[in-house]
Amino acid sequence: MQLIAQIAFFIVLVAGIAFFTFNIRRVIRNIKLGRKIDRSDNPGERFAKMAKVAMGQSKMVKKPFAGFLHIIVYLGFIIINIEVLEIIIDGVFGTHRILSFLGAGYNFLIATFEILALLVLVGVIIFWLRRNVTNIYRFIGNELKGWPKNDANYILYFEMVLMILFLTMNGADYQLQLNGADHYAQNAGIAGSFPISQFLLPWFEGFSNATLIIIESTAWWLHIVGILIFLNYLYYSKHLHILLAFPNVYLSKLKPLGEFDNVEAVTNEVKLMMDPDADPYAMPAEGAEDDVPEKFGASDVMDLNQVQLLNAYTCTECGRCTAECPANQTGKKLSPRKIMMDTRDRLEEVGNIINEKGSFEDDGKQLLDNYILREELWACTTCNACVEACPIGIDPLSIILDMRRYLVMEQSAAPSDLANAMTNIENNGAPWPYNQMDRLNWAKEN
Amino acid sequence: MAEVIKVPTMAEYMAQGKKPEVLFWVGCSGSFDDRAKKITKAFVKLLHEAKVDFAVLGTEESCTGDPAKRAGNEFLFQMQAATNIEVLNGYEIKKVVTACPHCFNTLKNEYPVLGGNYEVMHHTTFLKSLLEEGRLKVEGGKFKGKRITFHDPCYLGRANNVYEAPRDLLRKLEVELVEMRKCKSNGLCCGAGGGQMFKEPEPGNKDVNIERTEQAMEVKPEIIAAGCPFCNTMMTDGVKGKNQEDKIEVMDVAEMIANAHDL
Repeated sequence: MQLIAQIAFFIVLVAGIAFFTFNIRRVIRNIKLGRKIDRSDNPGERFAKMAKVAMGQSKMVKKPFAGFLHIIVYLGFIIINIEVLEIIIDGVFGTHRILSFLGAGYNFLIATFEILALLVLVGVIIFWLRRNVTNIYRFIGNELKGWPKNDANYILYFEMVLMILFLTMNGADYQLQLNGADHYAQNAGIAGSFPISQFLLPWFEGFSNATLIIIESTAWWLHIVGILIFLNYLYYSKHLHILLAFPNVYLSKLKPLGEFDNVEAVTNEVKLMMDPDADPYAMPAEGAEDDVPEKFGASDVMDLNQVQLLNAYTCTECGRCTAECPANQTGKKLSPRKIMMDTRDRLEEVGNIINEKGSFEDDGKQLLDNYILREELWACTTCNACVEACPIGIDPLSIILDMRRYLVMEQSAAPSDLANAMTNIENNGAPWPYNQMDRLNWAKEN
Repeated sequence: MAEVIKVPTMAEYMAQGKKPEVLFWVGCSGSFDDRAKKITKAFVKLLHEAKVDFAVLGTEESCTGDPAKRAGNEFLFQMQAATNIEVLNGYEIKKVVTACPHCFNTLKNEYPVLGGNYEVMHHTTFLKSLLEEGRLKVEGGKFKGKRITFHDPCYLGRANNVYEAPRDLLRKLEVELVEMRKCKSNGLCCGAGGGQMFKEPEPGNKDVNIERTEQAMEVKPEIIAAGCPFCNTMMTDGVKGKNQEDKIEVMDVAEMIANAHDL
């Protein structure tokens, strides 16, 4: 019986990890559909930023209450995972609390896990209330209706249930140890310290050891299987940020936020245009006729770069960007969070076509118009509030800019007033129709 | 006062075989917009006051290309950048000061990769350095004790992390500096950036400048200080839109310093 349990555990564990790996490889494949971008510069500065922003949660606490709760859940998640290590060893080898030889240190660890589990449980309940009961602007956006709202709640339920199972398991275990039950009781006395689950003991009073063992092992199994299900749920949810936040911050932009990237293809064209020695009748270089002319800007996810696509998978839809967006606050359609969600959803759609057909085939859809509307793109003031607000270095503005580039350079589809301003710049060097020769008139006026 | 202020051009300097200490990049708004021209003149007066050896490009200056780049027209931006860089490099410009955060950001951050490398300063940072060098005195004068809030321009603040220089200048004016709910890195845009200045807003329920003006009104300022000609326009319109023009003035930090000096 014990051996069967060990084998079953091993199979569940391997299957859970294998399926997760399978899906993560798809995420990586999809991200690689994007254009290459070099972010290998300044590794030291990048690592320091990752340590501060991702590991240190420095931007989370800009909203102190939500940030504090998030740090509790984050620390709880990381630290309680040490216990998962023991659970896995116990599961595979059929042992019971294998690390208990650590003695006082073990008691301290278990006590810490228990206290964190309770704090996480409380934190997650507050998160649920914030999402479902209170009226917080960033949790009631249009783009959250339907699946995204459910998704967020499922994640919270998962975490609540896991914490309750963990504490139930410990409580039943403690009672069994007190009862001196076989396999549970140890010669050295009680293994572990149970500052929280000890309060569950009155509920277990009068239960036979057999019943307690069923409760304990059921909680144990549901807990570890639950963790594996949760792990696999990540891919289907917005929750991948718990893994991707770290590389995402590492790869985020280090330059001043106001510095927008340079389009090198355009630089080359402009240089050629300005070069008095350029031969306008020159033959194209050997093989150049096979080159596909580069598309300017982005109309679909493949036109975006790999960091932008990583951004899309990393976004956990917290909406801090949208809450800070001047366009969104004044009722415009633009929501930076929706830009990220649309990019991810379209990328998943493209990925699914590749899953089915082996390679991408045009499905008559694209990111522009089918997901992101022009009205959204033209509402942006490029103020960088969204970029500044993101706790994990996502840059929705860069996607908006790339899509504007497509609209303007590939389609000449700027709003007419803006097109006029650009014509003015082209003709007279100012966005208004004033003659360049009048540029110094102000100095002569009173 | 009908005096015409002296504004030397680079061409004149070149003809005399001289090089100025700094180039004043005026920008389109500072050159053509009636409200922004006042800021330009105020800043020039301060430059004279501090005996700064400066020149402007005058008719050789052209749009930096900022609105084109942010609207997505990279071609036009790079054409503008290429011609401007040719002019600036031709005059061997080393140091540039501008009263427009958009010009500042573009010249400072986006020109180097295209071959234009200059030390670029926003006028508030430049004025602060003049102050520190003892070349310019800033005293409260008529602004002493006035309740003033500073609106952070996106392209000065968030885009380039300049938050303190304009505030330091205001403190020197001995004003009562009050911060809006949304300030510094959390500051709300005036609504003009990204080419919005030159187009109608997309459909919504409010204009961004009205939202920002309401935020300013919450702290009951006598003056909204700005550091950007576009913010200045947007906030001035916002104040008018809220019928507050009798109570709230919108002024550039440079104008305030010049006014305090009765220049």
